[in-house]
Amino acid sequence: MGLTDIYALRDEPACTHNNKAKAGCERPQPGATQGGCCFDGARNALLPICDVAHIVHGPISCTGTSWDTRGSRSSGSDLYRIGLTTALTDVELMMGTGEARLANAIDHAIVQFRPAAVFIYMTCVPAMSGADVDSVATAATERTGIPVIAIHSAGFYGKKNFGQRIAGDALLQHVIGTREPDPLPLASIRPAIRVHDINLIGEWNVGGEFWNVAPLFDELGLRILCTLSGDSCFRDVQSMHRSEANIVVCSKAMLNLANKLQERYATPFFEGSFYGITETSNVFRNIARLIGDPALIERTERLIAREERTAYEALAAARERLRGKRALIFSGGFKSWSTVSAVQDLGMQVVATGIEKSTEEDKARIVELIGQGANMLDDNDQQALLRTFRDLRADILLAGDRYIYPALKARIPFLDLDHVRDIGYAGYVGAVEFGRRIVSVLEHPVWELARATAPWELPLNMPKTRAA
Amino acid sequence: MATVIPVAKPLSVNPLKVSSRVGAALAFLGLARCMPLEHGVRGCAAFTKLFFMRHFREPIALQTTAVDEVATIVGSDENVIEALHTIIERSQPELIGLTASALSEFQGTDMRQTLSDFRRRYPGQSQVAVIPVFDFEGIDGLEGGYARAVEAIIDTLVPETLAAGSRPAQVNILASSLLTPGDIDNLKSWVSDFGLQATVLPDLADSLDGHLLDEGFQPLTYGGASRAAIEQMGKAVATIVLGSSLWPAADLLKARTGVPDFRFNSLMGVAACDELTGLLARLSKRPVSDRLRRQRSRLLDAMVDCQFYTAGASVSVAGEPDTLFAMQPFLAESGIAIDRMIAATPARSLAESGRSNITVGDLDDLRSSLMAGKSDLILANSHALGLSNELSVPLLRVGFPQHDFIGAHAKVWIGYDGTRQTLFDVSNLLAQFRRQNQPYHSIYKSNASGTFGKSDLDSHRGNAQ
Repeated sequence: MGLTDIYALRDEPACTHNNKAKAGCERPQPGATQGGCCFDGARNALLPICDVAHIVHGPISCTGTSWDTRGSRSSGSDLYRIGLTTALTDVELMMGTGEARLANAIDHAIVQFRPAAVFIYMTCVPAMSGADVDSVATAATERTGIPVIAIHSAGFYGKKNFGQRIAGDALLQHVIGTREPDPLPLASIRPAIRVHDINLIGEWNVGGEFWNVAPLFDELGLRILCTLSGDSCFRDVQSMHRSEANIVVCSKAMLNLANKLQERYATPFFEGSFYGITETSNVFRNIARLIGDPALIERTERLIAREERTAYEALAAARERLRGKRALIFSGGFKSWSTVSAVQDLGMQVVATGIEKSTEEDKARIVELIGQGANMLDDNDQQALLRTFRDLRADILLAGDRYIYPALKARIPFLDLDHVRDIGYAGYVGAVEFGRRIVSVLEHPVWELARATAPWELPLNMPKTRAA
Repeated sequence: MATVIPVAKPLSVNPLKVSSRVGAALAFLGLARCMPLEHGVRGCAAFTKLFFMRHFREPIALQTTAVDEVATIVGSDENVIEALHTIIERSQPELIGLTASALSEFQGTDMRQTLSDFRRRYPGQSQVAVIPVFDFEGIDGLEGGYARAVEAIIDTLVPETLAAGSRPAQVNILASSLLTPGDIDNLKSWVSDFGLQATVLPDLADSLDGHLLDEGFQPLTYGGASRAAIEQMGKAVATIVLGSSLWPAADLLKARTGVPDFRFNSLMGVAACDELTGLLARLSKRPVSDRLRRQRSRLLDAMVDCQFYTAGASVSVAGEPDTLFAMQPFLAESGIAIDRMIAATPARSLAESGRSNITVGDLDDLRSSLMAGKSDLILANSHALGLSNELSVPLLRVGFPQHDFIGAHAKVWIGYDGTRQTLFDVSNLLAQFRRQNQPYHSIYKSNASGTFGKSDLDSHRGNAQ
């Protein structure tokens, strides 16, 4: 992948609402920038592919603090949780032995871990020194018979979101279409049900949350060829080209991939979210309509009615306690609108939502949900966010983990939406858990204690202690 | 109205309750140059000794009157007299704590009469105070026996005086069996932060904190509240009482000395700690130190951080009544619901609490509570480990015994910092055992391609460490 490829990737035509030129690639402002780099994004996007050896080619700084920090869970191999890096030092860089070290690293990983494939993540330093990882990867593939794929994710290319796009592109170039799907297992065949193959793109199975909805897909007769990339295997990714329809769950990051799949294999796609009852139902309804099988549509409506009834029953008590409570949501991309919907399902009011990493399409959805006066925040400065929280008299902040501790220091009730959490909020079951968690956070006794003055500081403090 | 649910069952299965005699011995182990003496068959004392030896990892000063079959039939008063004489001759203690056992009580030993016989026969040994404790193997357990011994110590050693407050910098602390040596140390430095000096009764922090002596092994206690200090308790400006089991002892101390007392059920949690801090500030007329202010704000910060783990969690607690009550404000402030409390004994404090979810029972009752599946955490002694493993509910060890756990005596539960550490311990256990979504395997997946399994990861991790 050369510079021209990188530039090509920055062009994003998939959003119908995107009238701004290259909105995703603005230059970061030195001294006032938060958030991860391109490498972070690329590895995040691919890391949940569970049986791949994910080797980071670069100095220890890229991996040392960041391995095994993702909440994505796997029902199969746990290889993805092992941190692998060439940990380049100044000696290798000076002597130019980085490529040799990488080749050794690949062999070592293949012998020790027997991976289905090896992904090499390029980082800034070897990219700057002009290391030819593509050749190393090709040679290793020929040598070992195991697919070895280079992901050109040097951090200086751009921000995290762009890295996810690079990751999707790498899969498209090297992985997707290299294997046909398995025949259906005999035991799975139900006479009345015609099985349709689909993909989920940008579903990360954080905290195992996709397992909340996966059984419903089985029930409807929708075979998921691949969830890219939560709880997926390399072979799942290989057969993604055969799906009848794709659901893009995390809109911006992987939109490019869905778009290319449509171009190349004529697979239609739509964006959806499993956060909240309404959005979960929308996903099922939309996939059934997109496939257009009348029996499937009917099954889907029955399933939605049943699941919604159960979920709203389970949520009744929480909704009662949350009615009228004011939430400030500060999350990126698709979560900026999907969380709005999930929070509205709970009977809460959304006073503002962040639009970091959000596309014009995302913003349009926010307006659909909150109305024209929707308060959208794009200043990701932490202090500004806390000021806004106070100004808008919000009761709870829902945001990524970057904001946890600033919020808590400011004694602001907080719920983590980020990918490191170990609680799943997806689907109907997850929506109930989401409501329960918000109640716990809002009603936690610590807020009163933390906001109160120490009793001995109060004037005329009467002894409460029982003096006998 | 009391709502304690008594357990009416004929069999105690995996008992929580420990003999009150054992508790009394523990109280005496917090006195300096003391030898606790159990009047009973040698086995009684041997079990007590092992029980505390394993828990504290310390030699335990304890003797027995070694009642044999002849003495059981013809009377064992002579055993008591001989034992007292022998201990004084061999070990020169300042104090002997004399406890009865089920056997001696059933025999009808008249301990007062026996003691005066001893005094008549050995007038040369009158400098040694003997503190008798009666009425054993009844309704009381460890904490009750301990409390009764504290009452007996006050009764024997604290004279009636009218000197309350004559030492304005001295406070008395009556410390329940719920406090570890680590807790007592913490309490002492809390008090000394205000320029006050504490006389702690009993002072396990001075005897069973686990320290090496220059003298090496010695048969008596390794430290503790001194007889001289106890005799001066009437001069203090105030008495702080921790643990409602000690309220009868506190009543006696106040009647003897007129020193006003301030009673606490708990020093765990912000509000409870604030009460003591406020009291000490008033008593000393000093401002709250920066050290305590910082500790308080650290606790609050920890509570804010840990709420993600504690919110909505629920626990089952089993232990002595004082321990149950000490935990309550901490658990409430942490947002942790109490699923069920199993008390070792039906203490008066339980009936007064008005709580509906307290059972007087044993670890089998804890088991029933856990089987209901609501509890995310167990707070109980080491005997609950089997239940913890069987039902995959994590255990935070609290109370006696903790024979499989090193450092139980040093753990600090109380105070701002002790509460904080307890909160960390609780949160770590809750996080570690959090019920996670179970993997779902689609009916359409023929076989997983995973060539590198979970066990491989585990072994790899093991190698890396």
